[in-house]
This record gives sequence, structure tokens and C-alpha cells, in this order.
Amino acid sequence: MGTISLKNVRKVFGDHVIIPGADLDIKNGEFVVFVGPSGCGKSTLLRMIAGLEDLTSGAIAIDGKDVSQAAPSERGLAMVFQSYALYPHMSVRNNIAFGLKMAGVPKAEIDSKVAKAAATLNLTDYLDRKPRQLSGGQRQRVAIGRAIVRQPQAFLFDEPLSNLDAALRVNMRVFIMQLHKDLSATMIYVTHDQVEAMTMADRIVVLNKGVIEQVGSPLELYNNPDSLFVAGFIGSPKMNFVTGSEAAKQKAHTIGIRPEHIDIVEGKGTWNGKIALAEHLGADSFLHVDADGAGRLVVRAPGEFRGKEGGAIALKPDMSRLHRFDDMGGVIR
Amino acid sequence: MATQQSRTLGRIAVAPSVIALFLWMIVPLAMTIWFSLLRYNLLDPNPFCSILSPGQLFDEANRCLAGTTNYYYFLTDPAFFKAMTNSLLIVGSVLLISVVGGTLFALLLDQAIIGRNIVRLMVIAPFFVMPTVAALVWQNMLMDPIIGFISWITKSLGMGAVDWFTYYPKTAVVIIVAWQWLPFATLILLTALQSFDEEQKEAAQMDGTPPLSFFWYMILPHLARPITVVVLIETIFLLNVFAEIYVTGTGGRAGNLPYLVYQYGLLANDIGGASAGGIVAVVLANIVAFFLMRMIGKNLEG
Repeated sequence: MGTISLKNVRKVFGDHVIIPGADLDIKNGEFVVFVGPSGCGKSTLLRMIAGLEDLTSGAIAIDGKDVSQAAPSERGLAMVFQSYALYPHMSVRNNIAFGLKMAGVPKAEIDSKVAKAAATLNLTDYLDRKPRQLSGGQRQRVAIGRAIVRQPQAFLFDEPLSNLDAALRVNMRVFIMQLHKDLSATMIYVTHDQVEAMTMADRIVVLNKGVIEQVGSPLELYNNPDSLFVAGFIGSPKMNFVTGSEAAKQKAHTIGIRPEHIDIVEGKGTWNGKIALAEHLGADSFLHVDADGAGRLVVRAPGEFRGKEGGAIALKPDMSRLHRFDDMGGVIR
Repeated sequence: MATQQSRTLGRIAVAPSVIALFLWMIVPLAMTIWFSLLRYNLLDPNPFCSILSPGQLFDEANRCLAGTTNYYYFLTDPAFFKAMTNSLLIVGSVLLISVVGGTLFALLLDQAIIGRNIVRLMVIAPFFVMPTVAALVWQNMLMDPIIGFISWITKSLGMGAVDWFTYYPKTAVVIIVAWQWLPFATLILLTALQSFDEEQKEAAQMDGTPPLSFFWYMILPHLARPITVVVLIETIFLLNVFAEIYVTGTGGRAGNLPYLVYQYGLLANDIGGASAGGIVAVVLANIVAFFLMRMIGKNLEG
């Protein structure tokens, strides 16, 4: 029911090409995350799927039916906006019910659906309040409630957590994942936060300047990035990139190695250097090392690392986890 | 203003302007009340009643102190009831026209049309025309039954001409005043429309809201507060409409309270009666303001 397929979807504003041509197939029940830096076209792509932006060319099919020219409300999708976009003068109840009311659903049915959604979202006590009387997390839940009562083919989320504080964001992240499990509905989620992408997605779509760089499961992207861009974007802290003679030794323009794939060794290592800075997170420490020949590297030391800032350190990368890239930023396999 | 000392200092600092404003308000009001209690007519052969001398005031022969007589004659004057009705008629009709029309114009001007900035400027322009000039333009160039533009149109359509100021003086005054105040409402409502949240519009689109429902459930509640502001501000000014009536010479049938006060004061030279009328007008305006605030003032809260 909730399959979405994009065929050579293009978006051009005047001379400015936003999306040069995107192809994507989303399976029913999948949780797909569009991720990329700001201005990469991920929101535009989502809005084109929603019908809020026209296609310059190409086609979008939902559930096998071409909806390229259909109005947003005819696509059977529901969207949760970044600003929540609640109707400020309506109670929570009316906010949730409005879409059904416009669809001409009988009142008794609306009431039961709203009550059910409110119960799912823990909003039952707030149904008669106005949006301005709610906290950020509650508003977010109302926005989600407005989406779920319509029983859409797919849910679209446009950076829904970016207005929440850090603690609430983690809660809402789990909440949305649980919701996905319970409803088993197709969801497309746009974010610039790669942590959100990694934790929530069945499949991640990495966008860069309007181009889909790579599509795959979080671990596929983590283990086998297709390009320098994806390698640098996925993973936290960022993958270390080394160019120059050290890369040339590996017959590559650039080599990449993740902080967690560098071992600290006794004696002499592949790279030797000094600890410039240490970040202690408790479970592990991130050391910023000025290594001879390789430049500044970030290394993950498990547990409470005792090394001092300024102290000497020897490093040995796990060669099986080394990524090699050519001068165009593509991967060498 | 944390300490007692700085609070005191603050009060001393603002005192001059507060005192000046207070005097500015209270002196004319007190003088009007005082005159309204006097038998004070400019044609009176005995001019001493206008002079504030206590000896003359209580002199039996002159009967300067009139007590409530001025009020009695003003309130029982058949012209008073007519003037009050006209006042309310002008305020009510112009408010209705400017709010409804202003909303429609604002919706129209919010669209992306060619030459939008010029159209906007032209729509706002009547607000900057002086009331006297507006009245003259309408009287002589537009509504004149012989050389007026409107009569030219109606005659061209074979409907004959209308002598507005003779047969429909109130309608004519309402049209002129509405023409001046419609731009004000349009301007305020247009500004409010432009602040409508784009994502909310899109959310309504996702909810499949048809245009009329969108207007009713989204736009109108959004405009509630600016409409309140328009109604309050326009009411204050519309109660004082004078130039349009005076210039077009429609005071006889379309005259409102300010015009009646003018008739008392400058046509009949009855300063006492005019002052009484002025005070009555102030009281009525306050009653109107009180009910307005009760009815729609809650829109301004929160």
C-alpha cells in the first residue's frame, strides 16, 4: 500500500538546479531517512513528494499510481512540519480533527479517531487546550496526532525534532521509532543530523547538492561508503582523512579511517605523534593526535584513557577498515 | 528601577510631561463643562456672563448660571436624536464597508499580481487625501448630477442621473467617508495577511482545505485581532466626521453630533448649549467605547 517511487525527478528554479534528477524506490513500511547538510535539497525532495512543490520533470508514483500532478491532499500522505504548523486558534482536539472534518468524515467517527490518537500520544488531558498552552514536545505530538488520524499511505517528517532540546529529542526519536513499529507505515524522515539518521532508518538516502550520493542501510553506509562525502558525513566523530604521501602508499588520493578503527599501540606504530587534546566522555575518550606525516587524527580510546595531553602516542590503523578514495572523491575498492 | 531612590528619581523625571499632558486634557474639558453650565450666548446684549466673575454669576437679573438648562434643551431638541442616529449610522456603515471591503482588498492584494506595488500604492492613496478635498472631489467631480463621472456612467447606461446630495445625503456621506477609510483597513489587514505562517498554509493544504473553508477557519481567526484594531481606531475617528458633511452641505439631513454642536455654537452662537452638546458627545463616545471594549476587546488579550 505505501510504496513510493521517484523516477528522474527534477527541480529547477530559473537557472538554479536544485535536484538534477533523483530516482528512488521506497518499499511499503520502510523507514527512510533523507540526510545531508543544509541546502542539499532533502527538504525540497520531501516537499515534492508531498505535492507542496511542483516537479520540473519526472514522475512520482505512490502505491503504483502516478501522482505527479495530484494536489497534496489527494496523495494520501501526512506531513509533520518543522515548526509543527499547528492551527493556533484551534484546540488540540480541533487541530487533530481538522483534516477529517475537511474530508467530510461523520462526527462520531472523527470523535472516536481523535480519542484513539490522543490516547496513543498521551494527549487526552490536553485535548481542550490551545497550542500556545503546550510545551514543545506536546506540540510535536499534536502535529503527529494530526498526521496519524488520517491513516495516510505514508508519513513525511520534515526535520521534526530540530526545535526540541537535546533530552526531549532523544525521547521523541524513540517515540517515533516505536510509532513506526506500531503502525508499520511507510515513513520518510528528513534530517541533517546523522545520528538521527543512523539510529532511526531502515534505509538512509544521503543527499549532496541535490544528488543522491548513496542509498543503503545505516551499516552499509558506515562500512562501505561510496564516496568521500558519504564517508565524511556518516559516523561520529567524523572519519579521519589523510592525503599526500601516506595516501600514496596505499595507492589512493585520500585514505579514510574512522576514529574507532585506529588502535593505540606500545612502542612504535604506523603513525607516531603527540596528543594535542583529549575529550573524555566516560565510556570512551576521543584523542586528537598530531601524527607525523598524517596530520591531525581523531582516535577513539576505549574506557578511561590515562594518556596526558602533550604525551607521545603510537597509532596503528586497522588496515581492513581503511577506505581508499580517488581524486574525484569516489571509492577505490 | 530597583531601589526606592531610583523610583523616586524616575517619577520626578517623568513628572513634567505627565503634568503637561494632564493639563492639556483637563483644561479644555473643565472649560467646556464650565461653559455648559452658563447662559452664554455671543448674541446676548449682556456679555458679562462669559466673564468669570462670581458677582455676575449669582446676579438674579442676569441669570448667568444656567445649571442643567443647557443640557435639558440639548437633549430634548428633536435634532439631537436625529444627529445621534446619523452618528451611529455613519460609524456603523463605514465600519461595515471598510472591514468587509478591506478584507477582500487585502486578500486580493496579497496575491502575486503584476504591478502589485503600484496597485497597493493606489489603493492606499485615498487615506492621504484631506477630508475637505475628498468631499469636494466627490461632490463636484464624481457625484454631481450634471458634470459628475458617476452620473455620466449611469446616463451612458441609460439609467439617468442621481442627485446624491439632495436625495441620498446620508448614503453620499457614507460613501465618501468609506472611500477614505477603506484604505486604512486594507493596509492593516494586508500587513496581517502577510504575516500568515507559510507552513500553516501548507498544513492546511495537506489537510485538503478548500478555499472557502481555508478563509473561514484559518484566515478569519488570524485577522480577528487586526480587525479589532481597525474597528476601535476607526470608531474614534468616525464619531468625529465633520468636514465631509460641512463641505457637501448635507448637514441638514446627514448631520451628526459634531455637526449639531457646530450648529449650536457657530450658527446659533450659543456657547453654553454647544458646550453641553460637546459634553453629551463625550459621554456617548465613552459609552460606545465601553461596549466596544467589552464586545471585542478580548481579542486583544493574550
